[in-house]
Amino acid sequence: MNVGRLVGRDVARVEDAALIRGRGRFVDDIAPAGLLHTAFLRSPHAHARILRIDVAAARALPGVHAVLLLDDLRPHLTDTRLVVALPSPSYRLDLHRPVLAETEVVHVGEALAVVIAESRYRAEDALALIEVEYESLPAVADCDDALAPDAPPAHSWAASNLAAEMTVAYGDVEAVFAAAPHRFAETLHIHRGGSHSMECRGVVALHDVIEDRLTVWSSTQTPHTAKRLICDLLGMDETRLRVVTPDLGGGFGPKLIFYPEEVVVALAARLLGRPVKWIEDRQEHFVSTTQERDQTWRVELATDAEGRILGVRGDLVHDHGAWTARGVNVPQGAVAAMPLAYVVPAFRMTIRAAVTNKVPVTPVRGAGQPQGVFAMERLLDCAARELGLDRAEIRRRNLVSAEHMPYATPLKTRGGIPVTLDSGDYPRCQQMALDEIGWAGFAERQRIALAEGRHIGIGVANYVEGTGRGPFEHVSVRVEPSGRIMVATGAAAMGQSTRTMLAQIVAEQLGANMANVEVITGDTAAAPIGIGGSNSRQAVLAGSSAHVAALKVREKVLAIAGEMLEVAADDLEIEDKAVRVKGAPGLSVTLASIARAAAGQPGFMIPGGRGPGVAASEEVVIDAMAYANGTAAAEVEVDVETGAVTITRLVFSHDCGRALHPRIVDGQLMGGIAHGIGNALFEHMRFDDQAQPISTTLADYLLVTATEMPPVRILHMHSPTPLNPLGIKGVGEAGVIPIPAAIAAAVEDALSPFAAHVCRVPLSPVDVIAMIDPVPEGSA
Amino acid sequence: MSETRCVALTVNGEHREAETPVRQHLADFLRGTLGLTGTHVGCEHGVCGACTVLVDGHAVRACLMLAVQAAGHEVTTVEGLSLADGTLHPLQQAFCDHHGLQCGFCTPGMLITLVEFLAEHPAPSEEEVRVAISGNVCRCTGYDSIVAAALAAARALRGDAA
Repeated sequence: MNVGRLVGRDVARVEDAALIRGRGRFVDDIAPAGLLHTAFLRSPHAHARILRIDVAAARALPGVHAVLLLDDLRPHLTDTRLVVALPSPSYRLDLHRPVLAETEVVHVGEALAVVIAESRYRAEDALALIEVEYESLPAVADCDDALAPDAPPAHSWAASNLAAEMTVAYGDVEAVFAAAPHRFAETLHIHRGGSHSMECRGVVALHDVIEDRLTVWSSTQTPHTAKRLICDLLGMDETRLRVVTPDLGGGFGPKLIFYPEEVVVALAARLLGRPVKWIEDRQEHFVSTTQERDQTWRVELATDAEGRILGVRGDLVHDHGAWTARGVNVPQGAVAAMPLAYVVPAFRMTIRAAVTNKVPVTPVRGAGQPQGVFAMERLLDCAARELGLDRAEIRRRNLVSAEHMPYATPLKTRGGIPVTLDSGDYPRCQQMALDEIGWAGFAERQRIALAEGRHIGIGVANYVEGTGRGPFEHVSVRVEPSGRIMVATGAAAMGQSTRTMLAQIVAEQLGANMANVEVITGDTAAAPIGIGGSNSRQAVLAGSSAHVAALKVREKVLAIAGEMLEVAADDLEIEDKAVRVKGAPGLSVTLASIARAAAGQPGFMIPGGRGPGVAASEEVVIDAMAYANGTAAAEVEVDVETGAVTITRLVFSHDCGRALHPRIVDGQLMGGIAHGIGNALFEHMRFDDQAQPISTTLADYLLVTATEMPPVRILHMHSPTPLNPLGIKGVGEAGVIPIPAAIAAAVEDALSPFAAHVCRVPLSPVDVIAMIDPVPEGSA
Repeated sequence: MSETRCVALTVNGEHREAETPVRQHLADFLRGTLGLTGTHVGCEHGVCGACTVLVDGHAVRACLMLAVQAAGHEVTTVEGLSLADGTLHPLQQAFCDHHGLQCGFCTPGMLITLVEFLAEHPAPSEEEVRVAISGNVCRCTGYDSIVAAALAAARALRGDAA
């Protein structure tokens, strides 16, 4: 693989110096003088009419500066709703959530009032004094039930609970299934929980009355979107608002959404003339931060006698939650991921998004792709079992091969862009994982274990992931008169080493000293436009822009230096903070003096003939996604007495193209793998039949800890994508995608003596025992 | 409900005195009253471990202890781990060397937990390290790099070659 002076190497992260000393600046660390604190009153009901709100006692409490309802905010807002849905023709209901609920609450945790007080403690005291009279309404707790003809409406005004419907299809599916020699069907219940970044959400807003400027620090992955929405909602001129993403304690998807608290806190700071802060606590995070949840897949696979795929069809019911906080991208992404690794000649999946009285659903790391992969891989395991084929062999026969590349599928992305698999060798990637885990010899190991009374199993799953969603990310590179190199981007860092990645790429071209590069991420004052963090996109899009901008700056630096030193640019090299003549390092000019020369003097010509300044600004447009791929192979041991599943080995082979920083790539994958293990075995956002959340602490909702992690072996392939100049594919979400499918397959294999059939995740010990002993003793 | 007390305690080797509401927990006191924002609050119910600090050398959850309970005691936070000249504690250095942190939010709690653990277990096994940090949740790393860092730091603290 192509390794540069910095790119491709495990250089030290620029983020660490502050973070390791506890000197990061997370949103809750920002405390301007005169700061006020907020607490939101949240609905305890999943669905209820609001008959009366009495805030008099709360307003009278000493230390309380304001208690605001939607009615109080309305005169200052251009709209009382957050209109944030991605474009799609599939919507059947307009579900734009309100800034605050006014007449009806539709999920537990929905905010209907805000208290602003001298401390968070005092604000919470005041919450207890607000009297709300509710009239309880029937709640919709289950996405399948939601679509039944007699289901109560999740919104009292709505004629149905169908938020959106669409069909993704190509080929003559009906004819294929009618003629197919073999058909296999599965009904799958796939659950994913929340993101649970260790830092919850938060907002701080500071209104500078001297200049009438508002600064909003928000724990958002998309500061430019937040700026646009706050400007729109408050009717503000863009020059009056700056949105900054400070250090983020993880994002994982839900922080890309725009939330009511962001506009309420911004408005409160203007109204009160004091800085205002809101910090979400963990319990709020469970009921107010978006999550992924339930999907029911009823799917069929048609194959020929050799197990070659002829077609896939089915329907997906998706829990949309109570509002459209992003769109239909989660179920759409799930369905798009389903066939992607394989040659699937005919395909038809119908998606129905069902409104429930729960927190809105939006992407969590993986964004539906783990579910789509789970559905496909479960079908393939089913087909292998019924056809008497090895589970890896049926996959090998169907994987898109290296000779197919680039492989134009009939699918299109949500933006209508053709899905073309650009590079990779999927069968070889699978074989690497199989070899490493000892797939070939496993049957014998399993037989010996079973003779000892131990139930071990093995599973494999493949994924192909669309990464680097376009169209662009802004990056500017500038050599300042100090000789320092300033990089600013619309990309937003959330813990995935974005600043290191950009400093690496820029320094590669401009002296190779990362300490001389300052990177500003997630600040609307530093980057005029930007899209932000999602879709494993920032290394691909911002990385490409940084690379191209750095090359342009390099060319200009060398041209100016050439004129100053009176040598040809080709004879120069940039080393640290200077440009020097190759072979004559004593003959040099500093970056500082180059920048000063290019800054101009009245009446004098600028050297280099390339205009003033030493800067370039780039938005490299890449519409097509770069498709990464990989294979997970898992070995488990199941305790058939307790239902406990122990993952004894996990192998992850993958291809993300060129790796900019191998250690960071491994770190991204390991984090995703841990998340995937949680989705397979532990993480369950539970609600009762009245849609009351019942797993709202980290003692009830189980995140994977160090002791649950199995030995993991990561294997790399590097097939550079031709779609961007660095040949990179995104890696932020990859780890999570195949893990639930591989673990489910391994558990099913371990329980093959019981003819167990895994058709849901997460698999709790109770679920495992139910497969071993479907009718518990004494229950007959 | 808003009664306050003056508490005097030692934080990172310095004598500190401050007024605090009696109901304020130690993490909010350290962060809000003393401005030591390196201690992070992740769950406020004692599960995630992000707010872990040392009190008299023992790792405690600063969200489960009231500030007034720390009166007269010695508290160490992440800000107190490195030397005055900026030299990192061997654990901090090992976290940087092994990519043991990504977003850095759980890191202070991880470091503090491991400072106590390594003081009591200078030559731990990998499994012992995993158990030691099993009360600290990290959503970014998958833990392997943290475990590697802890083992490397243990070697460094013992004076073994890294």
